[in-house]
Amino acid sequence: MTLEIVAVYAISACLLIGTFFTVVGAIGLLRFNDSMTRLHAPTKVSTMGIGALLLASMIHSYVFGEGSLHDLLIMAFLFVTAPISANFIAKVNIHRRSCQMPKPPKADTTWATLNVPEADRDIEETGKA
Amino acid sequence: MSKAFHWLLPHPLLTLLLAVVWTLLQNDVSAGMIVFGVILGVIIPFGTSIWWPDRPSGFRIGKMISYSFLVIWDIFVANVQVAWIVLTRPNDKLRPAWIEVPLDLRQPEAISVLAGTITLTPGTVSADLSDEGHSLLVHALDADDPDAVRDEIKDRYERRLKEIFV
Repeated sequence: MTLEIVAVYAISACLLIGTFFTVVGAIGLLRFNDSMTRLHAPTKVSTMGIGALLLASMIHSYVFGEGSLHDLLIMAFLFVTAPISANFIAKVNIHRRSCQMPKPPKADTTWATLNVPEADRDIEETGKA
Repeated sequence: MSKAFHWLLPHPLLTLLLAVVWTLLQNDVSAGMIVFGVILGVIIPFGTSIWWPDRPSGFRIGKMISYSFLVIWDIFVANVQVAWIVLTRPNDKLRPAWIEVPLDLRQPEAISVLAGTITLTPGTVSADLSDEGHSLLVHALDADDPDAVRDEIKDRYERRLKEIFV
């Protein structure tokens, strides 16, 4: 067993794991029937799916070519930015009342997304201008 | 001396982070690139410090590293659990739930890290904060006991974050 054979097996395993989680994420996006549950599928793809694919790319570049650390940066930026888009989609869902609404919080008066100025309250509650 | 140091480097850790990211972006560890990264790491925090008045004073980097490994492990475990739910659980048996997590953390930076952690671990998405910032709204994909999920978030992540941001 040389290093290259071990590397090939490791790369294949990472690619298979990454593909599996990407496919599962796509299936989840299609088969759930509520906009909030659908949101859970992409968060999974962006962590494990992309993470495993990038790991495969990193092993390949170190064993068969020039090593590159760019993949680490991609992973870091992805982990920092993925929650923000998920948070925005969740906020849009709450605004549009397209999901089951949460109960008001116990500690404060309302959720920040629902806390709109008095003048805009009609638009917020009916969705019509 | 320490005042001058603080004036020049309002964020020593941010300086270090920017230098490391710059070196990684260049993909070339040479003295010139490291020096240029350090120059950027001094200029950027210095130029932006007036927009960040209440930055956290204490930050334990050692605990942050062990916290990162814990989160990566949790992402791994939770991914397998959620993949199992996606592939086997029919839609009508799914029990999505809103969970309200009362927050003990006060710093915005700590709350952001907590919210990001909750979103990155599959199965839970942090959706909103209450208007005064005392509780966090989390959506769970499949929770038969919402209170247990809330207690786990508080005990596993928030307790550790309280030790990181002091």
